[in-house]
Amino acid sequence: MSHETYYVPAQSRWPIFASIALFLLAYGAGTLINGLKTQTGDTGLLLLLAGAFMMSLILIGWFRHVINEGMDGKFSPQADLSFRWGMSWFIFSEIMFFVAFFGALFYVRTLAVPWLGGEGEKGVSNMLWQGFEAQWPLLTTPDMEQFPGARAVIDPWHLPLINTAILISSSFTITLAHHALKAERRSAIILWHGLTVVLGVIFLFFQASEYIEAYQELGLTLESGIYGATFFILTGFHGLHVTLGTLMLIIIWIRVLKGHFTPDSHFGYEAVAWYWHFVDVVWVGLFLFVYVF
Amino acid sequence: MNTITKVEHTEHHGPAAGISRWFYTTNHKDIGTLYLWFSFAMFLTGGCMALMIRAELFQPGLQLIQPDFFNQMTTMHGLIMVFGAVMPAFVGLANWMLPMMVGAPDMALPRMNNWSFWILPFAFAMMLSTLFMDGGAPNFGWTFYAPLSTTYAPPSVTYFIFAVHMMGISSIMGAINIIATILNMRAPGMTMMKLPLFVWTWLITAFLLIAVMPVLAGVVTMMLMDIHFGTSFFNAAGGGDPVLFQHVFWFFGHPEVYIMILPAFGIVSEIIPTFARKRLFGYSSMVYATSSIAFLSFIVWAHHMFTVGLPLMGELFFMYATMLIAVPTGVKVFNWVATMFRGSMTFETPMLFAIAFVVLFTIGGFSGLMLAIAPADFQYHDTYFVVAHFHYVLVPGAVFAIMAGVYYWLPKWTGHYYPETMGKVHFWCSFVGVNLTFFPMHFIGLAGMPRRIPDYALQFADFNMIASIGAFIFGFSQLIFLVLIIKTIRGGSPATSEVWDEPTGLEWTVPSPAPYHTFTTPPEVK
Repeated sequence: MSHETYYVPAQSRWPIFASIALFLLAYGAGTLINGLKTQTGDTGLLLLLAGAFMMSLILIGWFRHVINEGMDGKFSPQADLSFRWGMSWFIFSEIMFFVAFFGALFYVRTLAVPWLGGEGEKGVSNMLWQGFEAQWPLLTTPDMEQFPGARAVIDPWHLPLINTAILISSSFTITLAHHALKAERRSAIILWHGLTVVLGVIFLFFQASEYIEAYQELGLTLESGIYGATFFILTGFHGLHVTLGTLMLIIIWIRVLKGHFTPDSHFGYEAVAWYWHFVDVVWVGLFLFVYVF
Repeated sequence: MNTITKVEHTEHHGPAAGISRWFYTTNHKDIGTLYLWFSFAMFLTGGCMALMIRAELFQPGLQLIQPDFFNQMTTMHGLIMVFGAVMPAFVGLANWMLPMMVGAPDMALPRMNNWSFWILPFAFAMMLSTLFMDGGAPNFGWTFYAPLSTTYAPPSVTYFIFAVHMMGISSIMGAINIIATILNMRAPGMTMMKLPLFVWTWLITAFLLIAVMPVLAGVVTMMLMDIHFGTSFFNAAGGGDPVLFQHVFWFFGHPEVYIMILPAFGIVSEIIPTFARKRLFGYSSMVYATSSIAFLSFIVWAHHMFTVGLPLMGELFFMYATMLIAVPTGVKVFNWVATMFRGSMTFETPMLFAIAFVVLFTIGGFSGLMLAIAPADFQYHDTYFVVAHFHYVLVPGAVFAIMAGVYYWLPKWTGHYYPETMGKVHFWCSFVGVNLTFFPMHFIGLAGMPRRIPDYALQFADFNMIASIGAFIFGFSQLIFLVLIIKTIRGGSPATSEVWDEPTGLEWTVPSPAPYHTFTTPPEVK
């Protein structure tokens, strides 16, 4: 047999248990959220935690299984390419997830809010709240009792600017680490990669303090109308992705320390790097369209 | 000798024994079978709900069920048929056929393939459990427009949201797997422009899925935030807009309806050449037409919202963009007809379903063209004319194509021919039932009967009665299908590897039933 065979794994228990864990997570989250107002979400919380615990164990086990298969040399170059296609399309799906929220932001800014304020072709909507004036950031909402607008919004030229610099630098540091990996300069990769992790953590810390400032000092909350809604959904989901990305960076750093990667076989490393660049690019979009303009 | 036995053991082993085979399997044929049976179970479940709707509408006045339960039935019927019946059926067919058609040993990512499937039963268990919750199941229609689905929704909407998230995860992983398989697992010599059309249409469908399922996840997430966390995405009091919901939903929803029809185009493009005994007319134009339809699907979404109060330029743009879709679709219908033209046609059951598809889907396409005309749509919007339109493209469209595909490949899967007469009886009963059900809906819709209402004015009574009788004929005909499939699995005259009269495609080069593992060594494609 001269040609390489494509590795088709034997039966596996991971997926079905992952489905059960996902079900527990989803059902628990539903029950918890539905019980929030009546304080009856305890069963939900229990199910959610059980699901989260089970899912973490499965993810650790499943990834360990795949890593061991990879180290045993079971994946041919063709299988490697399958992983690459898989990761690229996964990142594309993540981009489309953010597209939904960016689309919502552009729609309310350029159409919905001006119409409510009496501008443009559908300005007749102004009859709903007469005297409401369109502005962006929307500090005075049409119904200030139900949705009290924020007193002010985050100044883009302080923390957000620093965060932009941090994330862009981290894209450079991870690229330097990747080059060091390919050149087999072990101490350089550990240093540059470690620096990337640190930058990710600092970013998250700043993001958290920005949220605290928004809630405690600016009155910018989820309830403060469409500005708060779009602000928190975009930065919130981005923050979640940075958290996930930082976790992935840490895991991959441990794998570097353990010597799992060689200059020509390190797809796991590249996948994490791609993911990190993706959260970086999304942040640039956020900085421009949520904070600056 | 020693090496040969080793290969036999590691690569040519059969399925594992016992029930655990189905839980732990990584085999594309097993997973395809699971998808298809799951889809059939959901088809019958959603069908029972449809029959409840039609039973209530048999006569004017409230007869059998309360209006709120009627609303729950229309909602769950739509959701189950779209996400539980049609989509999984196509994924099941893709799982079974794509690796064989491109000459691959299996799907590119077999374990993830198993996960994609097994999420679905859990997601639908959660969705169906809402029927038994306080306040009832979701009752806001399968399009779940805000504020019906936010401010005025029953508490079960939270579970609905998480069920949609689970389906989305399943669909995205399934689609990633299909793209990776098609792009990376083709046998040497199987160039892109040699791919069977079912493969091509699925490649484009998978792209659409990855592009729009995350948008659906985004829109239900915004709903969740509005309901429970005080945001105002779809509430004008906070500066948001209920119409925003419709924009985001239909940005997902319109490509979604093509997700449910493009693989059907692929199946029909496989079947018609076989039974016309001619090559498919205009192969490359089919590929380009499918791609054009996929592109256009992203820029026509607001034609679902003509009456919501769009700016005039918006109405015009979406009207003309929608009409453009008729061009590539017309190319396809022309090619199918041209393939049959002067062919040596025979009319086995798959061909009957395929021809019915071409004719009846075209009727659905034409009523779509009528709906695309914005000023006329003001009259048709939210009437039974719309119901007639999308059921024509989805039932004798997508569902007939799935059935055609099942009849076409069933001998390859089971190794037995199905009983031909029984198949024909199933076809004619379905054909009569479907048209009796949905054709009168055009008339009552044009006359002004609104959709999603459990009662109606007396002048609509006769057509509604006909539609209800048709629905029961169609529904019970599917039991013939069920019996036929079970009979074919259990026995029947043995099928040859070609099954039909010189069909083209790699799947016909392997024995029937197809061995558990096909193409561990890639075939040579000339």
